Formats: sequence, C-alpha cells, structure tokens
Amino acid sequence: MKPSRCSAALLVVASLAFAQSELTPAQLRLKAKAENVPEIPFDSVPNFLKLPPGLYLGEGIGVATNSKGHVFVYTRSQDTRLFEFDAKGNYIREIGEGLYGFQFAHAVRVDKDDNIWAVDEGTNMVIKFNPAGRVVMLLGRRPEPVDGVKLSVGFNAPVAPAQPYTFNRPTDVAWDAAGNIFVSDGYGNSRVVKYDKNGRFIASVGTKGSGQGQLNLPHTLAVDAKGNVYVGDRSNSRIQVFDNDLSFKAIYDNVGQPWAVCITPGPHQYLYSSNSYPDSNNSTMAAVTGEVYKMELDGTILGKFGKAGKQLGQFSTIHEMDCHGENELYVAEIGAWRIQKIILHPAKGEK
Amino acid sequence: MRTIAFLLLAGCAFAQTEIPYDASDLLKLPEHMYMGEAAGVATDSKGHIWVYTRTGDAYATIGTSRTFSHGGGRIFEFDRTGKFVKEIGQGSYALLFPQAIHVDAQDNVWIVDRASNMVIKFDPSGRVLMPMGRKPEEIFVGERGGGRGGRGGPGAGGAPGRGRGNALPGAGSPGDLFNQPADVAFDSAGNIFVADGYGNARVAKFDKNGWFIKSWGSRGSEPGQFDHPQSIAVDSAGNVYVADHGNQRIQVFDNDGTFKTALTGVGAPWAICITPGAHQYLYSSNSNAPDSMDNGEIYKMELDGRVLGKFGRAGKLLKEFGTVNAIDCRGGNDLFVGELTNWRVQKLTLHP
Repeated sequence: MKPSRCSAALLVVASLAFAQSELTPAQLRLKAKAENVPEIPFDSVPNFLKLPPGLYLGEGIGVATNSKGHVFVYTRSQDTRLFEFDAKGNYIREIGEGLYGFQFAHAVRVDKDDNIWAVDEGTNMVIKFNPAGRVVMLLGRRPEPVDGVKLSVGFNAPVAPAQPYTFNRPTDVAWDAAGNIFVSDGYGNSRVVKYDKNGRFIASVGTKGSGQGQLNLPHTLAVDAKGNVYVGDRSNSRIQVFDNDLSFKAIYDNVGQPWAVCITPGPHQYLYSSNSYPDSNNSTMAAVTGEVYKMELDGTILGKFGKAGKQLGQFSTIHEMDCHGENELYVAEIGAWRIQKIILHPAKGEK
Repeated sequence: MRTIAFLLLAGCAFAQTEIPYDASDLLKLPEHMYMGEAAGVATDSKGHIWVYTRTGDAYATIGTSRTFSHGGGRIFEFDRTGKFVKEIGQGSYALLFPQAIHVDAQDNVWIVDRASNMVIKFDPSGRVLMPMGRKPEEIFVGERGGGRGGRGGPGAGGAPGRGRGNALPGAGSPGDLFNQPADVAFDSAGNIFVADGYGNARVAKFDKNGWFIKSWGSRGSEPGQFDHPQSIAVDSAGNVYVADHGNQRIQVFDNDGTFKTALTGVGAPWAICITPGAHQYLYSSNSNAPDSMDNGEIYKMELDGRVLGKFGRAGKLLKEFGTVNAIDCRGGNDLFVGELTNWRVQKLTLHP
C-alpha cells in the first residue's frame, strides 16, 4: 500500500508540474496558490454510514458530530432531511420531519452543549434543536408563501438591504465560547452577522466585493477558542479572519476556494479548508481542485490530502467538513451523495 | 389639592404599569411532529387549546397546464395541560397558509386561511360544517412560462391567484369572497365578522348560516377605512373592534358597521382579543415585525380604550414574544399567545 501511495503522489506532482504552463484561465482561477505542500496520508472508512432499507441520502450537504461522536447529516433528498447516526455509522433517527424551516439544506453544526443547528438556504432560517430534537430557537424567517412566489420568480430582482434579523440564503453558523452566534449570510447578502446567545443582534460585517473586509459568497465559517472568526470567502478564493467584534484581522489566500472550513477542538487548534471540486462537475477542474488543506490558525500550511473524484478516498465537491479531532474528519459531498469518515496519518507523512 | 395631584399622578403611573406575569411553553407534540409558525391559537369551553400552524411545505404542482397549490397548514388540538389530543383537517383543500383560529360558543372550530382565501367552520370532531369563500383554482406564478428554475429560491406556492376572489387590492370588495382574509369573530347572535384583510381592506358581516349581509371599509386612513385590518373581536354588546394595524389604531363599530370611535396609544395593533364575563377587557399586541426586535408589548385596556397596563417585549426567550399573531383571552388572566417567529404558543398567567 505504502509504495503505491508514494508513487501515486509523485505522479500527481509530476503531472501538475507538467501541466502548470498549460493551465487555462479558468483552471488558474481555481487552483490554490500554495506550492510544494506535503501530502498527508489518510484512509476513508469504507461504507461508513449504514442506512436502513428504503432510506436514501441525497446530496451530502451538511455533516457534524456531537460530543458522543454521533454524526448528523443534513441532506438534499426528495425533501431536505436531517438524520442522526451513532459513532459507528449506525442509523439512529430522523429529526425535523416536515419541518417548516426545511426546504434546501446548507449546513448542520453541533454546539458544545450538543444542540443541533441547521442552516437552510431555502427558507432563509437557522434552526436550533436541543439534543432531544425539539426546536428551541430560530433565527431568520421563512418568506411567507404569498410573497415567496414573487421572490422565486423574480430571481433577478434587486436584493433588499440586509436586515438584522433576515437572511438571504444563509450558509453556515458557528459560536464562540460565550455562546455568541455567528451566521454567514450568504448567497444573497455578503456578510457575517453576530448575535448574542439569546438571538439578539449585535453586529455584522461585510458588503459584496473583493476589498479587505468585503465578502463574495461567505460560504462557511468557524470560530477558534479565542473567539476569532474564520470566514470562507469562497468566490474571493480566500479565508478572512475577523476578531470577536468582527474587526478585520487577516487574509489567507493561498488555499484555493474555501468551500468548507472547520477548526479542531483541543489546546492546539488546526484549521482545515477544502478547495472543493466545483459542483458544475467540470472535469477539466479536477486537476486543480478537490484537495483539503491543514493549517495552523495563523495560516501556515502544514499539509494537504485528497483529490477530486467519486471513489472512496476521493472528494466530489466537499460541501461541509466536521473536525471531530485533529486526525478524524467527516466530509459531506455533493457529487457522490455521501459522507466519508477520514482518518489522517500525519506521522507517516513526516517519515 | 395635593392629594388630588397625587391621585392623578398615581393614575398616570398606573397607566404605564407593567403587569407581572408568568409564562410556560406547555404544548407537547408527539415525536416526529413539529409546530411551525403559530399563526392562530384559541381555547374551547373545556380549556382545550387549538392551534393553526404554518408547517410543512406549501407547494405547487408542476407539469400541468396550470399551477395548483397545496399544503402548508395543520390544525392541532391539545388538552388544557398541553398534551396532544388530535389533528383535524388533514389534507384539507383549504389549509395552505394559516392566519387565525377561533372557537365559537358551541365549541365549533373556525380557521382563516390567507392563501386559500377561505374561512372554514369545523365541528369539534373535525367535520367540515361550513366553508366560506373559495380557494382560487390556480395560482399565478409570474409571466406564463417565464419563471426561471431557480437554485432553491425562497418558499414557493400558496399565493392567491387570479380567481374571482382576487379583487383589486384595497377595492373593498363588497361580496362573499375574500382576498387574503385575516381574522374572524362572532356576536352573541352568531353573526360572523371577517376582517378581510391583507388583500381587501374591509369587514364583511354574514349571518350565522353564512349568508352575506354587508361589508364596510376600503383602504385608507379615514375613520371607517383600513390599512391591514389584521384582527377582529366582538364584545357582548355586539360592538366590533378591528385592529387597523397600518393606521395604528383599533376602530370600534356598532353591530351594523357604523363607526363609533378609534382607540390609539397602543402602538400598531397586530392581534386583539376581548375577555368574556361581566366586565370585559380588551388586549392588544403591539407585535414586533418579524425582522425586528422592537416593541412586542401587549396592552390591557378597558373597552373604552383606557390602558390599564402592559407586559412583555420582543425576544426569543420564555416570557418574550416573537411576533404575536394571535391572543386568546377566554380564560381571563390566563392568556395564550401564538408567535410567528418563535414557532411557539405560550400560556401566560397575569398577576395584575
């Protein structure tokens, strides 16, 4: 196994070096700037999720784990649905069947108290469930259907100014240690909003653009133990870091388009970011996308793993990642309709 | 003189009084059932709690020559402790976009649906006794064939169509049909009063058998005109109280629709109710807009408009309110409020 892995890695490096000069402008736009990043060996657990007969995942949009290692999956199936599995991948239950807030999944996260938060891009809502699965808090509001028809049809209608309590296709949610809530919002608005733990608006940052502190599709975010906010500014191909008051701190722009970010728990935290293979399924992009970067919180790149593809251990548009531990990650993929459990072996990589 | 001044001051202070209260989130749905926006809440003579909630997906059928709307509303009954009893109206043609629910003196259950433009009377077992208005046959989705298949845009379906019920906005349609009706109330003779509503701007009166008697009002701010008549209540003398939301007043009419007075000073009334009994009180909610956390307090008033006190504010915690869309005050100091943005019914116990 080991030699073949090495030679495969060498082949990839060689082919990349060869292809470098021939990349199209579109490929250059998506390719990460970072060069000579060491590969981190990893395994993907085969057939990790065990679905009962008659139950199907659709697009793997959201994945998150709780303190017991249970895995929550938010999927765009016939309906948008939320499932819970145990740490071994056995099916436990469904949460939120027929929920008014479920229409088009975008992210699921679990907070430190094991509450489950779903971000729905279709209803413009962030829904907090307690561990028992009961709705305990709501942010945003589903547009009333009488207005919704107009909104759906007027796809090119001008976007109304961002309001404190209204989202426009929100994408992700995260919390600091005090329980303050951060929402990336999103496709329609271009901002990050901070609420207190009771859902009262505190501040927001960002307008659409590419300047410092501006955002162009904030698609994912994570908060470190100190309360700094890391925003995957996807269409600007950069991670922007803000402090807890949403003041600008830093830009990391060498890891491609950050579709999904997560930060590991523990005293030494790491930041993972996925330069996902585009959901347009444009195969010419497979050579320059699909890999996940491991970074220090200051942006130093430590390594990367994975490449585009639909086979086990390959990634078909990672849409969300959960950093359960430094070397245990869960990824949800749009293209292959699945969740993969990834075990990293960084020590092997150093040898 | 001093004593009089003191009494006057005390009177003023009393008008601003915060009424102490407790709240509980007592409704317990069976596993795998969820409340959506609690648009309507009402209690019956046994203290059972009825909720008309916006839940599930309102949806439109595609692939046919016209677009048809379905789904989106459910009616739940709970006992007085909050235990789930039953659901009625499953799959009913008119349950699209819940707006209000009320229980009449005979324990019949009435719902008002804003997207189907209907008011439906059920008996306590859930059998349909009398539908009023008519659901538009189809919904109108932009230019014909012009709609773009979006990538998961905001909620679709359920809009009122171009059927006969869809009069010009604000025209004050004189007839039987509604345009986004908001609320319903009854007098002691069983006459039916419909606040109509978001599309029209009028009150329509029907006899107890559903025959149209008259309607009054048009869009505007003059006495007798309305800007979003969102809630309606009738006192034991048959006077009709209309929450004229956009005009920030409660208009009072006699039983025939003759304007009597307008009550102001309580913000923009979103939901009102009148207590039963010999001495009746009027409650009115100055609900926060769904996209804000301003206001949210509920006022207690005499029927003549004198404010006795207020309580509550907007928020997401227990005892706070997320856009109160309905108040039930059949139980005197035991109130039930239905919240839109918190997807919740709270039972409030006032300690005035």
